[in-house]
Amino acid sequence: MKKNWPLWEIFVRSKNGLEHRHFGSLHAADAEMALENARDVYTRRNEGVSIWVVESKHITASNPENNGELFEPAQDKVYRHPTFYDLPDEVKHM
Amino acid sequence: MKNENLYKYILGIADNSLILGQRLGELCGHGPSLETDIACTNISLDLLGQVRSYYQYAAKIAGDERTEDEIALLRKEREYFNVLLVEQPNTDFAYTIGRQFLFDVYHLLLLHELQKSKDLTLSAIATKSIKEVSYHKRFSSDWVKRLGDGTDESKEKMQNAIDNLWTYTDELFYQTQSDKVMIAEGIGIDTSKLKDNYYRHVSELLKEATIEIPESKWFQKGGKEGIHTEHLGYLLSDLQYMQRTYPNMEW
Repeated sequence: MKKNWPLWEIFVRSKNGLEHRHFGSLHAADAEMALENARDVYTRRNEGVSIWVVESKHITASNPENNGELFEPAQDKVYRHPTFYDLPDEVKHM
Repeated sequence: MKNENLYKYILGIADNSLILGQRLGELCGHGPSLETDIACTNISLDLLGQVRSYYQYAAKIAGDERTEDEIALLRKEREYFNVLLVEQPNTDFAYTIGRQFLFDVYHLLLLHELQKSKDLTLSAIATKSIKEVSYHKRFSSDWVKRLGDGTDESKEKMQNAIDNLWTYTDELFYQTQSDKVMIAEGIGIDTSKLKDNYYRHVSELLKEATIEIPESKWFQKGGKEGIHTEHLGYLLSDLQYMQRTYPNMEW
């Protein structure tokens, strides 16, 4: 291929009730092909029940250079985490 | 063998999937892109999975020492009954897709009917395989449209592949003596009844893909009687290499 197909990000829901998770990326000419490729590349071992695809160019990412101001202030604020509560056993996926 | 007609009938169906599965397997690591490479080898594995069920059943019908592996891997060229279409090489991606499409349409029609067979094992294998084959057809049909209705170059290659593979389509409906006996017993499928539907479906999709339907009325046949094109011998030497080099080898 002289010209590469655009890149797509693939999100797969592994079971009903769980959220879609980012599984990886692949190349495809359009959304329909991206879905089929995702099916073949990421769910052939029974990993999923639902697939989302989104073209990578539509994702806006944070700039690693800004990591200091974006994320570091959160590091010393333990009270931001709800770690002082007892979770009932029935609550899963926390 | 008491049930020789049934045995041969099973091989007539199974060998198509075995040989096509082997052809697709050749693309492992050689597909035009990572994604299509995996897609083709996925289809190959689907077909080989189906083949195991057929050969296990055939081994049981044979009722002698024969195992599924021996049936799959140790016959001579003339003892394979696949149609000529599936042994045609991966000349380019358009050939791979064209061959797949021309076979998938037939395969799906056949399995739908095979579900109604009086033979419960065959009908169960058919029911289990239908979802896989529906996806194969969707994949190959999409690609025929993409290539046919794509760039000038892809269109030319797709047209060329269909023109050259067309001569092998009529054999899909050829019936051997064993086929006829099985049809009479309500086990086999009368494929002549699928033919109109097949060509209608194929023509509609080719039209959508802006591919011209070949007009040639001259068709090749022979595979179902064990008379093959020169390509099968090379394919078998690959397929059988391991089992002949290390006899009785198992996973």
